[in-house]
Amino acid sequence: MLKRVHFEPSFLPFLLVAPQIIITVVFFIWPASQALYQSLLVEDAFGLSSEFVWFDNFIELFGDEHYLGAFQRTIFFSFSVAFLSMAFALTLAAMADRVIKGATTYRTFLIWPYAVAPVVSGALWVFMFDPTLGIFTYTLGVLGYEWNHKLNGGEAMFLVIIASAWKQVAYNFLFFLAAMQSIPKSLIEAAAIDGAGPTRRFFSIIFPLISPTTFFLMVINVVFAFFETFGIVHAVTQGGPAKATEILVYKVFNDGFIGLDLGGSAAQSVILMLIVISLTVIQFRYVEKKVDY
Amino acid sequence: MAEIHLNKVSKSYGDVAVLHDIDWHIRDGEFVVIVGPSGCGKSTLLRMIAGLEKITQGEASIGNRVVNDLEPAERDIAMVFQNYALYPHMSVYNNMAYGLKIKGVPKDEIERRVNRTAEILEIGDYLKRSPRQLSGGQRQRVAMGRAIVREPSVFLFDEPLSNLDAKLRVQMRLEIKKLQERLGITSVYVTHDQVEAMTLGHRLMVLNGGHVEQLGTPIELYERPATAFVAGFIGSPSMNFLDAKISEDGKEVEFPGGNTLSLAQDFSKHANRPVNVGMRPEHLHVDDSNAEKTSHTVDVVEHLGADTLVHGTFGNGGSDLTVRLSGIRTIGQGEVLPLSIDPKNMHLFDPDDGRRLEA
Repeated sequence: MLKRVHFEPSFLPFLLVAPQIIITVVFFIWPASQALYQSLLVEDAFGLSSEFVWFDNFIELFGDEHYLGAFQRTIFFSFSVAFLSMAFALTLAAMADRVIKGATTYRTFLIWPYAVAPVVSGALWVFMFDPTLGIFTYTLGVLGYEWNHKLNGGEAMFLVIIASAWKQVAYNFLFFLAAMQSIPKSLIEAAAIDGAGPTRRFFSIIFPLISPTTFFLMVINVVFAFFETFGIVHAVTQGGPAKATEILVYKVFNDGFIGLDLGGSAAQSVILMLIVISLTVIQFRYVEKKVDY
Repeated sequence: MAEIHLNKVSKSYGDVAVLHDIDWHIRDGEFVVIVGPSGCGKSTLLRMIAGLEKITQGEASIGNRVVNDLEPAERDIAMVFQNYALYPHMSVYNNMAYGLKIKGVPKDEIERRVNRTAEILEIGDYLKRSPRQLSGGQRQRVAMGRAIVREPSVFLFDEPLSNLDAKLRVQMRLEIKKLQERLGITSVYVTHDQVEAMTLGHRLMVLNGGHVEQLGTPIELYERPATAFVAGFIGSPSMNFLDAKISEDGKEVEFPGGNTLSLAQDFSKHANRPVNVGMRPEHLHVDDSNAEKTSHTVDVVEHLGADTLVHGTFGNGGSDLTVRLSGIRTIGQGEVLPLSIDPKNMHLFDPDDGRRLEA
């Protein structure tokens, strides 16, 4: 029989978990509850008083076509980023999976972009596509295409998508590669003997077997594009031109800190919070269902 | 159906050679077994025939076609893997139909062939299930079904029974043998289990450290092992080896401690030569007559029911010796048994290179 162990009451365990709890409270619980509270207030133009208005901020948001536009834009942006970065990562992983010589070096290089901060990634792309100085702009000019993302909303959107997707490729690559390497080699060999070429093997065997990873990355990438691309947008376009790249996180910042509509901005962040919570629930509910070999 | 020719086939990884000049002609419809301890290169050889490993040197051909540079798919082979390698996301039916679909066989033809194969292997009831819902034995059948349904000219088996429990293994072994006889398709079977090798193969290749020790029928391997390695590998419990010396006149072997046993043939050309004498446990008998014999001091007795294994020391020399006596015998520890052996059941090997010595 197991003996039940009784510990003497002591402060040590509390002391040991204290830093984590303090960090969570100060940087998460407290701001989140502040946002929740603020989302129910309206501030006057000079910031001298505020009034409790219940859900008026939310009602106003859902009647605001700018907000709904930002919502659509964000969905388009997120899925484009997720699709692009995953498609690219999957291709690279499929190729890396077949590399034998120098595989480690090759993989290390592919992982590097992940270590780059979003703002830096944004800055890199901004330089390359700068309408007056950028090397890509120049190249496109030579090819007869005039690139100016500062005037053309579609080009601006394209640029932030590329910059965000590029950053995620490394992360996705890592997961795809791990998933592919966990597929028993004999399955691939059996398929080869059955007559399937590399492409067919990829689509009929490898791709279905890594589907749990694909789903996991889908959620992770959408979350990334929704919430962590502020730095990239800020560095590349500042939400412009004419709000063409104003996604939800950027609108929270713009309305709150530039427009000083604290109540409305808080309401937006509460909505974002609900989205991230639901994505996390989906993640935990379905990702656990794994295909077993 | 096809024959397989291996012509000086070698394999090396960088500087490390794992297979050396393998020559073998496998006849059409033959069931051959490659057997050897783990790491001897037997799976590598099979995978080279399959096209999963490149052939470093030499030439392999299947049905008069040199296959060195052909993809596995072009070799008209089917393989059964040790871990079955069933596609986990496909039903049993789709697992079996996969290869046919790729070949572009019409749908109704696929259905007919899968159903017929399923009937042969008695897996018709599981066709809609996924591999995960099957037991080990059923998965094994599906793996074989996937191979059979394609009607290849060669079957390759890579230790297909080693993941099954002992009872199922014996049952599946018999089924594989029957199936191969019925289909008459050339088969190459790799195993480390000498019983599987002996029972399944028309002919065996014993591999050790990348070299062929012996090629032959199971009976040849048992009766005339070409090397001490083969002698020790084939047969269970394995052969006893005792150090000895051939006598002056070449008619006897002399053991340290003074015991002698006479030989069936005249070994005078090897007179005075040190040898390794091999005697199978089942060839030693307890003999109370006055015939030439030697003694065995009993140490441990193991009862298997049908047989009794008596472990002890031989003669005065003190070498370990195991004797297999039929039936149940009551023998106490320390007892001294008079033993005899038919001289033609004694095998002599060179103690240095392990080669069989002939008179």
